[in-house]
Amino acid sequence: MTDAFAGDGGRPDPAEPGRAWVFGDNIDTDQITPSRFIVSSDPDELATHAFEDLRPEFSESVEPGDFVVAGENFGSGSSREHSPLSLVGAGVSAVVAQSFARIFFRNAINLGLPVLICPGADAIEDGDEIHVDLDAGVVTNHTRDETYEAEALPEFLQSLVEQGGLKAYTKAKLDG
Amino acid sequence: MSGKTLAEKLLSAKSGTDARAGDYVEADVDVAMAHDITGPLAFRTFDEVTGDDGELFAPDRTVFTIDHHAPADGVQAANNHNAVREFAAKHGAHQFDVGDGICHAVLVEEGFVGPGDLVIGADSHSTTYGGIGAFGTGVGSTDLGTALATGELWFRVPKTLRFEVDGDLQDGVYAKDLILRFIGDVGFDGCTYMAAEYAGSTIESLPIHERLVLSNMAIEMGGKTGLVAPDERAESYLERQTGNEVDLADAFVSDDDADYEAVHSYDAAALAPQVSKPSNPENAVDVTEVAGTEVDQLFVGTCTNGRYEDIKIVADILAGETIAPNVRMVVVPASKSVYQHMLGTGVFQTLTDAGAVIQSAGCGPCAGYHQGVLGDGDVCLATANRNFPGREGSMESSVYLSSPATVGASALYGEITDPREVETKRYDDTVFAEVLP
Repeated sequence: MTDAFAGDGGRPDPAEPGRAWVFGDNIDTDQITPSRFIVSSDPDELATHAFEDLRPEFSESVEPGDFVVAGENFGSGSSREHSPLSLVGAGVSAVVAQSFARIFFRNAINLGLPVLICPGADAIEDGDEIHVDLDAGVVTNHTRDETYEAEALPEFLQSLVEQGGLKAYTKAKLDG
Repeated sequence: MSGKTLAEKLLSAKSGTDARAGDYVEADVDVAMAHDITGPLAFRTFDEVTGDDGELFAPDRTVFTIDHHAPADGVQAANNHNAVREFAAKHGAHQFDVGDGICHAVLVEEGFVGPGDLVIGADSHSTTYGGIGAFGTGVGSTDLGTALATGELWFRVPKTLRFEVDGDLQDGVYAKDLILRFIGDVGFDGCTYMAAEYAGSTIESLPIHERLVLSNMAIEMGGKTGLVAPDERAESYLERQTGNEVDLADAFVSDDDADYEAVHSYDAAALAPQVSKPSNPENAVDVTEVAGTEVDQLFVGTCTNGRYEDIKIVADILAGETIAPNVRMVVVPASKSVYQHMLGTGVFQTLTDAGAVIQSAGCGPCAGYHQGVLGDGDVCLATANRNFPGREGSMESSVYLSSPATVGASALYGEITDPREVETKRYDDTVFAEVLP
């Protein structure tokens, strides 16, 4: 089982190439994790229902190390952390989108799921093979032999990530 | 240097800094909330960061509700409910149970939130509290779980997008129509990373139950919160409703020379009733554009429009009438006190006589869980806040969003109907208080 709560353990490496699953604009959390399935908070179980109504073949065919690529405002709608958690459970390496809804963006970072704001992501086609250099903030498309620049995380968030994320930061604060 | 917005002032005070839009601050949280969907994940985070002997930052300002799958519609939901009950009891937090109502209705009615508070809720419609001048914002379960332990959370101080409305609304036009128009104009992500602020003479004259509608749906344009400057109207509403003493000196309002990202101005009198077409709230059009669209289900309720005044507006229209054949109406009060008021004032009888089905208080079919899920091809007109693909059930169903008055008028004819064609009422805040037992 993919343990979403074990920090980096078992997370795929975005530097390794994987298949891009491409979605459009305004993909809301109801489409990522339909409401009827979020009675569960188990990443593996949630993964079996990821994008179930929108694109049923996703959960059947997604491989650990694959990428989710989307247009504008990915993860809009509800605050359910079950949405990024379902992608963690599916072994999604990173989410690359032209823009994100605010709560999804925070939740993903809190779960250790890399999220990249990449205005050029619309050049990526479904099935392309891509990888992400998180340090450089560059998405490489092997299928098209192209690269796209992602926005750097704000300094504050970068520092939070470097301290091990919000949970590690909070633990340290409570222990301090 | 320019003055500050309400959002900048409130986050400055809570963080002990001189915060401006764009700054990152760590702020003290006044109230934290989670419900039966988001609670269990937050508890896991809390237990993980605190170990076995964790204590809540403030049990008296921590509230858990059981509203999304209430009463339980399956074993997993029932187990989630038990997890909420156990965690709340173990840590001494406030807990509301099946039938008590939707978190956002309960927190306001029961006096947990007040002007000037920083409120985080593990539910995106936590923006609602902006209607009484609190900075309410939705967070995920990890954010909430850590804040339950520390009472603190980081925020990027938002820029503010201001909506100024002046003049008198037409009969049959309400705050719901205003917010649908705002969302239509700026778009589904038009307020992302920003606070919405609603101002102008129209907003000042709106009763609190309507201001809460504006704030509730700020998230439907991506807003981090949706604020109305707290005033005497908010003060008297809260004091009457909750018995709490409210001191506006503890609250915040924007400076006259505050710096806004943009100001959108509206003439209230020119606004027609609005309907958001499937499948996004930003698809707002004048009701006249979709009038005549046949519907299968009408849904009255949710944290947006499930208050007593909303349901009474529908009952006024349906009094002595019968809902059109082949159309079903599902009514879900936002709270137990709304439910009891409906019983006490005859609204319950009026609606059931007209043919409506009334369910216990909670979120109802809003998110497609239960109590009125839509099938393939079904068309629903709802007082809800979201109409995403499959939101209330089948991916082949469609949801239109409108005010309670538009739903009431449409129930008479079985098709989307301009509420200006029927007699509609408008209620101030005292209608709820007057019939309090």
